[in-house]
Amino acid sequence: MSASTLEREVRMANQIAAEFENQQPGQAVAATADHIVQFWDPRMKAQILAHALAGGAGLSPLAAAAVALLRGKQGGGGAAPGDG
Amino acid sequence: MAYNREIDLGTPAVAGDAAPVELTIDGQAVRVPAGTSVMRAAAMLGTTIPRLCATDTLDAFGSCRLCLVEIDGRAGTPASCTTPVAAGMVVKTQTGRLQTLRRGVMELYISDHPLDCLTCPANGDCELQDMAGAVGLRDVRYGDAGANHLNLAKDESNPYFTFDTSKCIACSRCVRACDEVQGTFALTIEGRGFGSRVAASQGEAFFDSECVSCGACVAACPTATLIEKKVIEVGTPDRSVVTTCAYCGVGCTFRAEMRGEALVRMVPHKAGKANHGHSCVKGRFAWGYANHRERILSPMIRASITEPWREVSWDVAIAYTASEFRRIQQAHGKDAVGGITSSRCTNEETFLVQKLVRAAFGNNNVDTCARVCHSPTGYGLKTTFGTSAGTQDFDSVEHSDVVIIIGANPTDGHPVFASRLKQRLRGKPGVAGARLIVIDPRRTDIVRSPHIEADHHLALRPGTNVAVLTAMAHVIVTEALADEAFIRERCDWSEYVDWAAFIAEARHSPEATEALTGVPAAEVRGAARLYAGGGNGAIYYGLGVTEHSQGSTTVMAIANLAMVTGNIGREGVGVNPLRGQNNVQGACDMGSFPHELSGYRHVSDDGARAIFSTLWGIEIDAEPGLRIPNMLDAAVDGSFRGLYIQGEDILQSDPDTRHVSAGLAAMECVVVQDLFLNETANYAHVFLPGSTFLEKNGTFTNAERRIQRVRKVMTPRNGMEDWEITQALSNAIGYPMHYAHPSEIMDEIAAVTPTFAGVSYDLLDRIGSVQWPCNEQAPEGTPVMHLDGFVRGRGKFVRTEYVATEERTGPRFPLLLTTGRILSQYNVGAQTRRTENSRWHAEDVLEIHPHDAEQRGIVAGDWVRIASRAGETSLRADVTDRVAPGVVYTTFHHPTTQANVVTTENSDWATNCPEYKVTAVQVGRSNGPSEWQLEYEARTQLARRIETAEPAE
Repeated sequence: MSASTLEREVRMANQIAAEFENQQPGQAVAATADHIVQFWDPRMKAQILAHALAGGAGLSPLAAAAVALLRGKQGGGGAAPGDG
Repeated sequence: MAYNREIDLGTPAVAGDAAPVELTIDGQAVRVPAGTSVMRAAAMLGTTIPRLCATDTLDAFGSCRLCLVEIDGRAGTPASCTTPVAAGMVVKTQTGRLQTLRRGVMELYISDHPLDCLTCPANGDCELQDMAGAVGLRDVRYGDAGANHLNLAKDESNPYFTFDTSKCIACSRCVRACDEVQGTFALTIEGRGFGSRVAASQGEAFFDSECVSCGACVAACPTATLIEKKVIEVGTPDRSVVTTCAYCGVGCTFRAEMRGEALVRMVPHKAGKANHGHSCVKGRFAWGYANHRERILSPMIRASITEPWREVSWDVAIAYTASEFRRIQQAHGKDAVGGITSSRCTNEETFLVQKLVRAAFGNNNVDTCARVCHSPTGYGLKTTFGTSAGTQDFDSVEHSDVVIIIGANPTDGHPVFASRLKQRLRGKPGVAGARLIVIDPRRTDIVRSPHIEADHHLALRPGTNVAVLTAMAHVIVTEALADEAFIRERCDWSEYVDWAAFIAEARHSPEATEALTGVPAAEVRGAARLYAGGGNGAIYYGLGVTEHSQGSTTVMAIANLAMVTGNIGREGVGVNPLRGQNNVQGACDMGSFPHELSGYRHVSDDGARAIFSTLWGIEIDAEPGLRIPNMLDAAVDGSFRGLYIQGEDILQSDPDTRHVSAGLAAMECVVVQDLFLNETANYAHVFLPGSTFLEKNGTFTNAERRIQRVRKVMTPRNGMEDWEITQALSNAIGYPMHYAHPSEIMDEIAAVTPTFAGVSYDLLDRIGSVQWPCNEQAPEGTPVMHLDGFVRGRGKFVRTEYVATEERTGPRFPLLLTTGRILSQYNVGAQTRRTENSRWHAEDVLEIHPHDAEQRGIVAGDWVRIASRAGETSLRADVTDRVAPGVVYTTFHHPTTQANVVTTENSDWATNCPEYKVTAVQVGRSNGPSEWQLEYEARTQLARRIETAEPAE
């Protein structure tokens, strides 16, 4: 996986989280996790989950919390990169 | 269908529900609505009163003096076109006196008309000829010695039609069509009396005049004065087939008028519910690309993109493609391939491509070009109203009092709707025109055009839509202009209260945001008050709304404005996305998105998936697939290696060209199905030649949700309709499909999609067209949505906080580039560039404000270099104050311009729709095309080589 794909994913997650925080202050974490569930393909989800496990560099606190919530929803495991 | 001229009742129907009036014409009783002309009443009985200046597409004019009648109790012989019916009226249409009068009039006309009927292109299709027969003209007594107009020169400057003034009878139909129907006011009658002649602009050649070549004058002309060059070349048609235009999302209905399998002309059909008999230069005339020498008619393959193409049979091409996709999936997993559907193709073809992906490929990696145009519309309107579609039909604009146009340029992008809109903006005698608000960084033509002037033009800085719309909402809420009764009845009140408190914060006021948006606060306040208090308010918007990092937020801000003012759920109001391509709405409806099945049902919806699984005999993946930008990312990463692209040119149309080309170059099998070797085909391994809209059966769905038939008028030159190609590929891959006709595909769509449940070809043939939802509750469709309540239940207000795009100007890139369309060209230009339309727009140019140009030493016509952080390109400059200082603008119709080398990877937060409309750039003088453009040109030449067979010795 190139750095640029992950960079895009981090940026998208941050964008989504920021937008939901503006829309529904205090509820952005769940909304962001739900948005990722609905619109990201399994490989992208796996990549962002793996990135979060590896420290989540660049993820905003809200986006990081959303990804953590996503991991919980998916059974706590966190897929390995490329599992998609 | 044999050839018949369309029925012409002489004068238009009266609007509204007028009370019926009974009268007697030639002894026959007839009941017609009050206000109807005697001419029309007679025509409804089947009686054609002779006429020349009257036609039912134009208001009665009363100049030709041929349609005279006698009415009991009235003196003289009134013109039947301008005489309204009255109760008890007794009319005679044929008497000795009338016959003598009409003959006298005809004799005068013919005394100054060339008598070359046998060699005239309108021979057999000429109203003057018909009338000479109808009035029994047998002799012209005036001789040919007097003054006449018989030797005047033809104007052949327009590429599509000829103006032969020697055949003109000065009936003014062309002038009136240009004024009343098209609204350009390019034609006039100059001179007076015997010297009266039709002239374009100030006596200019048609091509050089203001004429937009819509063809309304040609359709209106009763003689051969204005006639299609194709008719001159071929002759008159002998049959006609009703079909739908394949250009923009207006979806005009046309009669394809044929002789054998040759298309003679496309004539707008009066019964078309989107266009009511009007057309634009693209649909009417720009169809010659179907026979362009660059069209590819044989399938071609190559192992690597550095090799020349090799022509092969369909069987070989399909078998090769299937084996490549199977090989890739075996080696790299089932998710390593995907497909892209096209908004240019029919609903049936689009449905089949997504079925191929979901059923034969076994994944959800399907997306469509709506990703890069209206995906935020889908998201935003579904969130707020519950349906991913516009709320009205086009006819609704007749009932609008205030129209807002945001980020759309209808006179160029959606010209036939623009003409309709302009009719409403101009008003009529006794009916005031609608008021107009334009929100656009550029002064588009609709801002000020003949008899139209916008009340407010909010020339905002690109990228500040959310700030401006939020400020308008602020004015409406804080000045107590909100329609609280509507909101309480239709919307979620607690969400409204939350939203209203947010909106009322002082930081959202027009005064607080003025520095940011560049729009004077007083203008924003004026516009908000007008929209909230001016009666029926309708919003029309385009890609200037969606193609931003906050595109989805802007759509929701528009929905908020409509709800807070109660402008939704009846005629004359609503939220109306103007769709770019003919079938954007349809492509979205058909399940082209990776997360949605047809009818906008999420793939995680077990019930929806079960419907498909049962019918298709496969399990549909419950996880969303890859969107187009994600496919390209995955390709660069190596996990995505095969792509089937139907009718789309992502290399030219998608942003950040370098990233797109890197993604395509990384794939092992790229299949392009198109009419021409487009830019994307430079990176393709298989080329499957596609068919034009004239060569296939199917349906398109326009911006009004109107499903209309596309009918095959000629055999596909490439050998197959596009749906047949997809079907063959699916069969070769091992997932059987056995459709004999697209109607069977529509039957399947109806079976699996609740909003299409009532749609069938039988219904469409019977009633012409239908707007979805079409089902048991609405067997003939739904013109206006959300009538008694929102589809989602209660309308949802969403907070719209302005977030500046990351694309900022600075010292290196001080200007903002935004992009758009021009009338004569269409999208990436694949079709229109291969027609005479290119004479109006041979290259893309950069519009720059005189102030910015002067600072850089740029004069009009100079080659300039435009650079962003993504890349640079060169084009010629046009210095104009249409754009504000700090803003530059170009179109993207020509591949050599490479406008998308400059655009960035920024995208809408919710949908990944690219931010085409805002790019920070620097502009400077240059000597010509950039290195990238030159290299690109060379690479393209190389990539398009087709192997020629060795000559026999």
